[in-house]
This record gives sequence, C-alpha cells and structure tokens, in this order.
Amino acid sequence: MSAVVAEGLKKHYGDTRALDGLDMEVAQGTVYGLLGPNGAGKTTAVKVMTTLVKPTDGRAWIDGIDVAENPRVVRTRIGLTGQYAAVEERLTGRENLELIGRYFHHAGTERSARAIELLAMFDLTEAGDRVANTYSGGMRRRLDIAMSLVARPSVLFLDEPTTGLDPRSRLAMWDFIERLGDEGTTVLLTTQYLEEADYLAEQIMVIDRGRKIAEGTSDQLKDQIGGDKVRVTIVKPENIQRAKEAIAPLCVGTVEQDPQSALTLTAPINAGGGVVPGIIRALDDAGVDVVDVEVRRPTLDDVFLVLTGHAAEAAGGDGEDG
Amino acid sequence: MAIARSTAAIGDDVIGLRNVITDSMTEAGRHLRILPRNVELLIFATIQPVMFVLLFSYIFGGSIQIPGYDDYDQYLMPGIFAQSVVFGSAFTSIGIAEDLSKGLIDRLRSLPIAQSSVLIGRTISDLLRNIITFVIMLVVAFLIGFRFEGSLWAALLATLLLLFFSYGLSWVQALIGLSVSSVEAANSAGFIWMFPMTFVSSAFIDTSTLPGWLQEVADANPFTHLTNAARALYNGNPVGNSVWLSLAWSVGLVAVFATLSIRKFNETSS
Repeated sequence: MSAVVAEGLKKHYGDTRALDGLDMEVAQGTVYGLLGPNGAGKTTAVKVMTTLVKPTDGRAWIDGIDVAENPRVVRTRIGLTGQYAAVEERLTGRENLELIGRYFHHAGTERSARAIELLAMFDLTEAGDRVANTYSGGMRRRLDIAMSLVARPSVLFLDEPTTGLDPRSRLAMWDFIERLGDEGTTVLLTTQYLEEADYLAEQIMVIDRGRKIAEGTSDQLKDQIGGDKVRVTIVKPENIQRAKEAIAPLCVGTVEQDPQSALTLTAPINAGGGVVPGIIRALDDAGVDVVDVEVRRPTLDDVFLVLTGHAAEAAGGDGEDG
Repeated sequence: MAIARSTAAIGDDVIGLRNVITDSMTEAGRHLRILPRNVELLIFATIQPVMFVLLFSYIFGGSIQIPGYDDYDQYLMPGIFAQSVVFGSAFTSIGIAEDLSKGLIDRLRSLPIAQSSVLIGRTISDLLRNIITFVIMLVVAFLIGFRFEGSLWAALLATLLLLFFSYGLSWVQALIGLSVSSVEAANSAGFIWMFPMTFVSSAFIDTSTLPGWLQEVADANPFTHLTNAARALYNGNPVGNSVWLSLAWSVGLVAVFATLSIRKFNETSS
C-alpha cells in the first residue's frame, strides 16, 4: 500500500489556484521530495494531506485512510513539522516532547522514555533541560522534528525543514533526515533547494502553480535538465579547438563553444567533483593557457527554465542554492 | 494509478467527552506551566488592575459622590473588579494569535486530540490566571478600606458572576484571536471595544447623570448588569434582576462564541 496518495487535489483561494489538480503517490518507507519555488503550492499540499485544510476538490489518503473523511484517524498516523519551528518556547526540550506524549495519552513512563530517546537521537540530550527559547535555529528545528516523531508516525511531513538555516546547520539537518529514512519512516519533504531534494529524496516531484511539472529520481530529473556543467575560459582564441579536443574525453556530452564568447567552452560532466583537476591537467598538457574553470550545478532556476520555459520567479533571492 | 482504497480497518473518528476533558486539561496545563516563566505577562496582568484600583480611588474618590453611598470606594471597587477581569480576557486573543503565528496551532491541529480542547484549555487557563489577578486586586482594595457589607456568600456569588462573565468574553476573544493575522492586531482588536463597554456603564458613575441616549445605551449594556449585580452583592443591597440578567448574558456569550470559535478553529491554519 502506498503511504500517501493524492488524486486531483485542488485548492482555490478566490481566484488563486494554490493546488490545481495534483496527483501524487509516495511508496512506504521512502523519502519523497516536493520541489518548487515559493508559492508553488507545496505547503498547501502538505496542509491538505495533514488534515489542516480541506481541498476544494480531489482526495488524499494516508495509509489508505481518507484525510477528509477520517481526519482524526489520519492524525494518529502522521507527524507534521511545519515551516515555523512550532515549539513551546518557554518549555524545555524535554517538556515539549513529553507534552506531545501527553496529547497522545501515553503513560508517564513511556512519555519520559520516548523524550530521552528522541533527545539523544537529535543530539539534544545536553540541552534537554534548557527552555527552548535559548536554542539556536538549528536546535529548534531538530526539537520540532523530534516532537513530530513522539508517536512514531507512519508518515512524516517536513515542510521546508532547512529554510532559514545557515549552511552548517543545514548539512547537520540533512544527516538527521537521512537517518529517519533509514529507520523506515516515510518522509514527505518540501524544499526550494534542488541540492536538498537531490541529497535526501529517492523520488522527486517538481511542482509549479499547483501542478506537477516533472517527477522522477534525481538522476532522471538531471538527465532532463542536463546535470552539472563545466565552463572553461581560455586565453587565446586560436587554441579553442585544441582545448575542445583535450577536455572532450573527460566530459559526458558534447563540448560546445559559448555563442557569446570565442574563449569559452561548456560541457556536461558527471556530478560529484574530481573532474576539474583532470580538466586543468589535460589543458595544461595540450599547452592551452586557462583563465578560469568553473563547475555549474543546475539550480532550481535551471529546472524551471528547462521544464516550464519560465524562471522560478516567485522564489526570488531564496531560490539560489547554498 | 495503483491506489489502495481498501480502507477497511478505520478506527473511531468520534471524540468522546472524556477525551475532550483530558486534552483540555493537557492544554490548560501547558499554559499554566509556563505562566510563572512569563514574568512580564504576570507583572502586567497584575499591575494594571492594582493601578486602576489606586488611581480611581484616589483621583476620583474625592470628587464623585453617589447617592446612597457614603464612601465612593464601596461604589467604585465592584466596577473596577468587573473592568479588570473583563480586560483580563484580552489575554485569550493575544495567546491564541501567538500560537497561530508560531505554527503551534497547526501542530496541535495535526494531533489526534479533541480539537475543541485547544480553545477550552486556553480559556480555562486564562480564567485561572484571572482569578490570581482578582485575588491580588481584592487584597489591595481591602488595604485601602473596601469591605464586604453583605454576607460572605453574597460576595462569593458576586465574584463568581464576574469571573463567569469574563469567561464568556474569553470566548469572544478566542474568535478574535483566530480571526486576526498578527499578535499586534489581536492586541488592539481585543482591547479597543472594551473601553466603551466598560466606561459607558454604571462601573464608575451613576448612569442617571448621563445625557438621555447615552444613558439608554449604558443601561442596556450587559456590563452595567454585571456591575450592578456585583455591587449590590458586595454591599448587601437588593439585587433586582441584575443577577439573572448578568448570568443570562454570560451563558449566552459562552454558548454563542464557543460554538463560533470552535467552528472557526477547525478551519484555521497559519
């Protein structure tokens, strides 16, 4: 049985179509990424599937249970970590976790045992007895996710879990999320960052204006949009052909000359680094002087440009990858 | 799409009264637990009523004479008590707006709890906080000479009437807190109408001194019934129908606004 299924979900707010016929299917025990710019409908989709918002049309099921017909049963199966770190700031980390246990009517011993377990799992044991308003942004987010896991949900929804975090906390957060996936929890994650979806999600859906525009594994999507590219700028224009021949064996596609510059070549390469030193060496061996070698990873903007023909305009400054 | 629609084993989707009570207690417990940690709030919730007791008594005490009352304090204090517990209800809208802005309402709504318990727990904890405020205010009033002139039972009944009315207004505030978009808005939307409500009434003056139309408004004001009832009971005077009118208003406020707020809550998301 699929952990999450959505069929033709629509949510209209007046003239705004936050969701415009979204279909989705998430296999049990997988990490699924919903990728899109601000305003694409990611949060609305999460809200519909977590019973917070009623869809205008369409249906959704969690573990086969209809979210509109049996919201309370669905709520026993899900964990939600929204965009805000929804922690009670004047309670300690431990108290926050025990509070959730209380809402689930867990016995006292079970509440404290689970709190201890989760504090350890999210590296918060030392901070466990400090009030949450003394926590850093990253710690708050971790506590927030831990709170969603108190009742061992079958499906965990993470709405932009790293938005607003500094790069270091973001990497740490990725580690924690990855571990959840390893433990068999189905995770539905929304993000504006291609890198994040790439790193965490086995299956990715790109959405825009409330609709699916692409779906697949990260490799499949990258094939569609072209993957990583290297951009080489040399000193003398007469060397351009020699440079092309030198780097061609190291690239995974045709080496092309930049239409705007007689000194610049671009070519698709395999992701994961290690190619750049080889390229520099090859150019050096061929006696080509180099000004610059730059690797460009596809960003959400590239995805959008390729898949929709327009930029991810709503994303603004947040759209760039870290 | 291969959809598993075999929704055979579906649990109970109905919430029992026992769950409403348990979950409301958990929710009230959350607020009461952080109350001592929110020192600013405690100070402001306490200072304002005490300040009003002292200001009105010393500023207006000498210049206002009310027929039938030798001492203005005996007339004034029940009005101040009533105003203070009513103002105390504004914390309900602020608290709910705060939970909403922090995403806590979304979190709570995604839990399998009795949804109404979030609001019930909130209003109950606000009522308990209001009782603390009331006790402090009462002590100060006694220090400056206020006395129960009627029976202790009558004084207790007066106190319960005041608290019940403020509880009714807490539900009005709950609806306001759920309807506004920010904590700041909740702060003004929760307070602004309470000034005319409490001043165009018999709380501080004898309404017969007001011009014709204003007097009619003041006499119809539920807050006037509340103040009249409390004042008569604290002073051992005949209550007329003020006690019943005040009770009826409180029951009505709770019934109407609890229904509206809980309905609104089920559609609210930050």
